[in-house]
Amino acid sequence: MNNTQLSNHNAGLFRRRKLSNTIGLSLSISAMAIGMLLLIWILAVLFYKGFSEINLEMFIASAPAPGSEGGGLLNAIVGSLLLVGSCTLISTPIGVMAGIYLTEYGDRSRIAEITRFITDIMLSAPSIVIGLFVYAIFVAQIKHFSGWAGTVALSLIAVPVIVRTTENMLRLVPGTLREAAYALGAPKWKVSFTIILRAAQSGVITGILLAIARVSGETAPLLFTALNNQFFSVNMNAPMANLPVTIFQFAMSPYENWNGLAWGGALLITMAVLVLNILARVVFREKVQG
Amino acid sequence: MNMSRSQIAKRQQFQDALFQYSTQFFAGLVLLALLGIIISLFKDAWPALHQFGFGFFTSTEWDIVGGEFGGFVPIYGTIITSFIALLIAVPLSFGIAVFLTEICPTSLRRPFGTAVELLAAVPSIIYGMFGLFFFVPIFADYVEPALAGTLGQIPFIGILFSGAFNGIGILCASLILAMMILPFIASIMRDVFEIVPPILKESAYGIGCTTWEVICRIVLPYTSTGVIGGIMLGLGRALGETMAVTFVIGNAHKISPSLFAAGSSIASTLANEFGEAEAGAHLSSLFALGLSLFIITLIILSLAKFMLIRMEKAKGLKT
Repeated sequence: MNNTQLSNHNAGLFRRRKLSNTIGLSLSISAMAIGMLLLIWILAVLFYKGFSEINLEMFIASAPAPGSEGGGLLNAIVGSLLLVGSCTLISTPIGVMAGIYLTEYGDRSRIAEITRFITDIMLSAPSIVIGLFVYAIFVAQIKHFSGWAGTVALSLIAVPVIVRTTENMLRLVPGTLREAAYALGAPKWKVSFTIILRAAQSGVITGILLAIARVSGETAPLLFTALNNQFFSVNMNAPMANLPVTIFQFAMSPYENWNGLAWGGALLITMAVLVLNILARVVFREKVQG
Repeated sequence: MNMSRSQIAKRQQFQDALFQYSTQFFAGLVLLALLGIIISLFKDAWPALHQFGFGFFTSTEWDIVGGEFGGFVPIYGTIITSFIALLIAVPLSFGIAVFLTEICPTSLRRPFGTAVELLAAVPSIIYGMFGLFFFVPIFADYVEPALAGTLGQIPFIGILFSGAFNGIGILCASLILAMMILPFIASIMRDVFEIVPPILKESAYGIGCTTWEVICRIVLPYTSTGVIGGIMLGLGRALGETMAVTFVIGNAHKISPSLFAAGSSIASTLANEFGEAEAGAHLSSLFALGLSLFIITLIILSLAKFMLIRMEKAKGLKT
């Protein structure tokens, strides 16, 4: 090979490498474009179909009877708030305490490692199976669907989220802070509760917000537990209306006004979930900067 | 108050022990929940497993009136939809992760990253409604005829793309699933790509590699375990997804060679039939389906987790 051949060969190689680089990078940019288009498309559809449905009646009237005009989603909205609210009240202490155990007590021990592993698996466990489980241990025993059963099912989904974020946030608290508190003679529980937890406060709140966002859109675990209710009810011991299952039933129904309400509800719930997600990020970012 | 020092110390010891045991108790609750799920599902699934034996997993019979049940159709539907969803979602999420870590200007990384995470946060029922009312008509009118006209003409694999253009069916469910797991896999891939030591990448750039070569020959080999872990985590999500699939899979209890045909998955069968099931063989068979879904996802998620933990350890070695 003489010099000209070599430089020709090199130039060819260089062109090929540049070409494959351009192709690869443009494919990657188009993948991102597809992802963004998808988000915009879904949000646009939701606003296009749902925005006209959102009016005062949606918030003050309960679900309409089959075939009748008007009606709203008051029963479903109140039911969802009750279910998600009680789920938050139950899962927050459990999740935060378990998170404290994993960082402050368990740390690298065998049992803590197993708990961490199981929590991670529960994070992605199929939610419909959790519904089946709660049906078997709760609904089948009391022989009727109930709001409490729905709360338990949602809590089983929320707790792992809170445990994992709490643990990660507590780990960010500098060890010197712990040592300073111990040096003053504070007992361990006081250190964990009033020093570490307070230092990681906004991170823990982020976790709780993310958990709320996660459970408020969950439909599958409520199908066999809280079921649904055509009427306004705040009795947690009876079948309870909730937005996701109402949306599911109304979307699958043949009635036009039910379909419309389903789109209104869908817009409502998506906005709630997205706002909670953004809020959680803002809370966390402020803490990191502050 | 004149408590002696030893009294105070004793009280504090007691409070400490109390606090430790109560936190331990709550951590134990999580373990108990997993065990409880397996045991209670197994207990309720036992009558069906006992009656139909291993044949439950291979039989395609689902006769509610006659009381004959076999889980092969929904199990097949679950696996095939998740598999096609992965085929579509993995290359796209790889592209998105590459974009977010290598191409995107630093100032835009955060907004784009957040947008991807928001896509992952959209509730699955929304994907289902979007799929049924907007995606299915487009799919039936344009995508399916186009697929049948091109891929459908190839011998042997053509049969996959034959049949009536309903829109609803296995392929449509797979596409909606792909949309759902796409942002999920993408954000895990982005996270593992970010742990590649900058010095490795800079050395490669230094000897004249192109960006694409750095990605394929440095980043990808370095993070392969984490990438596979992320893909399997996405697979775990896809297998158990209920609402999005129930809307668009068609809920027909049959196996057809064509991907355009309606089918069913374990989760969609449960969502459709569990509410109306009579106690007895039907209910118990549904529990058996739920149990098999749980076990499959458990195995896949455990493998995924092991791989991601190995990745985290590699990260620990680096620093």
